[in-house]
Amino acid sequence: MSVLAHVPTGSGQSAPLPAARSGRYRLLPYLLLLPGAAWLFLFFAVPLFQLAAASLYDPSGSLSTGYALTWAFGNYPEALQAYWPQFTRSFLYAGIALVLALLMGYPLAYAIAQKAGRWKNLLLVCVIAPMFTSFLVRTLAWKTILSDNGALVGLLRDVHLLGADGRLLATPVAVVLGLTYNFLPFLVLPLYASLERLDHRLLEAASDLYASPVRAFRKVTLPLSMPGLVAGTLLFFIPASGDYINAELLGTPNEYMIGNVIDSAFLVRLDYPQGAALSFLLMAAILAVVFVYLRRAGTDEVL
Amino acid sequence: MRTPLRPFTRRGLLTGTLGSAALLAAGGSLAGCGTKAATQTETGCVSEDLSGTEKKLAFSNWPQYMDVDEKDESKRPTLDEFITKSGIQVTYTEDVNDNNEFFGKVQNQLGACQGTDRDIIVLTDWMAARMIRLGWIQKLDKSKMPNVEANLLPSLRNRSFDTESQLAIPWQSGLAGLAYNGKVAKEIRTVDELLTRPDLKGKVTALSEMRDTMGLLLQSNGHDPANFTAAQFDDALNKLKKAVDSKQIRKFTGNDYAPDLAKGDIAACIGWSGDVIQLGFEDEKVKFVVPESGVMLWSDNMLVPNKATHKANAEQLMNYYYDPAVAAKLAAYVNYICPVKGAQAEMEKIDPELAANPLIFPDEAMLSKSKVFMALDEKQEKEYEAKFQQVIGA
Repeated sequence: MSVLAHVPTGSGQSAPLPAARSGRYRLLPYLLLLPGAAWLFLFFAVPLFQLAAASLYDPSGSLSTGYALTWAFGNYPEALQAYWPQFTRSFLYAGIALVLALLMGYPLAYAIAQKAGRWKNLLLVCVIAPMFTSFLVRTLAWKTILSDNGALVGLLRDVHLLGADGRLLATPVAVVLGLTYNFLPFLVLPLYASLERLDHRLLEAASDLYASPVRAFRKVTLPLSMPGLVAGTLLFFIPASGDYINAELLGTPNEYMIGNVIDSAFLVRLDYPQGAALSFLLMAAILAVVFVYLRRAGTDEVL
Repeated sequence: MRTPLRPFTRRGLLTGTLGSAALLAAGGSLAGCGTKAATQTETGCVSEDLSGTEKKLAFSNWPQYMDVDEKDESKRPTLDEFITKSGIQVTYTEDVNDNNEFFGKVQNQLGACQGTDRDIIVLTDWMAARMIRLGWIQKLDKSKMPNVEANLLPSLRNRSFDTESQLAIPWQSGLAGLAYNGKVAKEIRTVDELLTRPDLKGKVTALSEMRDTMGLLLQSNGHDPANFTAAQFDDALNKLKKAVDSKQIRKFTGNDYAPDLAKGDIAACIGWSGDVIQLGFEDEKVKFVVPESGVMLWSDNMLVPNKATHKANAEQLMNYYYDPAVAAKLAAYVNYICPVKGAQAEMEKIDPELAANPLIFPDEAMLSKSKVFMALDEKQEKEYEAKFQQVIGA
């Protein structure tokens, strides 16, 4: 996240700072970097390295015989072949959830930033408040909301949107709704930060120049909110595609995502090489998606 | 908003060089990686017993598995009595929530013959079997536990993973069978009904615990879960797969089926006796059923892991809990099957109704229908678990 936030724009060389760079101050930025770097090294780089090693272990190893590192690159295609459906499902669900979240989150962030007036802080708290309880509790609450005998399903049955025997719980709908809900704040907050800085006079200028409201939105508001939009979509999409709690609690095995498979590979089936390989594949897939997305969205402010 | 690609910047160059250097270094040191065998032997991993000088004991158990005082939840009557009587200071921790998770927590230490700072851990049969297979569990001295010798239920003695009954002492046992909610479903009697009855479609769950679900299915096919072949396992698995494919089974669960069963989101399921009895106290329409083809009997066992330094103290505690009077007090609170003979007579004094409950004190008829799942070797475990996980979708 910090990488997203404060790396300066890369286009063009920044003017060299005079004098200040000399002497003992030269080392200062690196010293300041040290705690963070050490933290990242210990808790990110080292485990990542171990995971990489584990993904290349001999798949016929076991706990009692130990695992030999045989550079078994075959683990990757095998894992991909066995769990291809869960992979595509993860990105599909996360994608649909993202679209839903954008449809809800953009107007919400806009309203809070521009129209809420003195209610602004209260509304912001409302967005953040659910985060005070644990992720697990929130998802369990959705189990109650979507329950077969709950009010919501009853209503949907009455208006015939659901068949008499229809249900929401244990369907893809429930999983996507859960994902949308659980990660919505990650999308709304960066968007809000961008939209809050939007200078209203620019919109007035646009309408003075005979731009319709739609056009003014497309040419002024949207481009100016791009940094928040890009950061928000990334913060939403990345954890959503790796999530397994929603599929576990609100779905069935038919809705399991790649996170569930990795969880079971490590904890239940004790197939460490496969679990590690799947983790890396997930990471690679997300990086690829993010990379393509950033190239297309191309916001300097974010990268 | 789009900027042309930068050909080269100092930062880019730097990260590039650093990155490739790191990769090279990583590649080089990767070659020395791999893990050692986690198996330990009695001679290779010797544990010291400091019980003589240290009157201490660290006991790790599952939540809600110990009686507490009705008025003061922080008091545990039977355990407190043990502490006063023996003078052993017991640190009781409820940190076992899931067998697999707990295994993950201790596997690095035990695999390298290091201590876990726990003297007694409580784990389910199959996990106990795995740890015993890996040589991670200390042998107990039977002569120090006369109550266990005298009072352990015969059906829980000499189990296949602990043929001498000296490694794993049952804490509580339970049954895996069928359960239904009478508000939303008619009575259910057999596993086949659960898997095929049309009125239950999409309202059925099974346990993600392979041994319980597959044990019941094996029995419904007329096979013995304590002794079956790979082909019989595949047969039973196919039966399960059909029920999954036809969407009869809604999902596979851990303990979390209980609230759904109570609400009626689930009409019928494969579940555990203790949970269902407790639901039954609140709503008598929720019932546990012993299928005609048989039920699965499982136990959570007290184990002393390698390098635990208070084995003799642990034996003393195990012995204490096999005193029928103590066992009855515990059983009155936890409602699982009490593995202690003679506790039923003691329970008569506390609560005659519970004493008559065959799901806490099973009678001969019930015990004859119950089976313990066969002990699997590592290869079988991995193979069966992988097949099962494939069917349940993870």
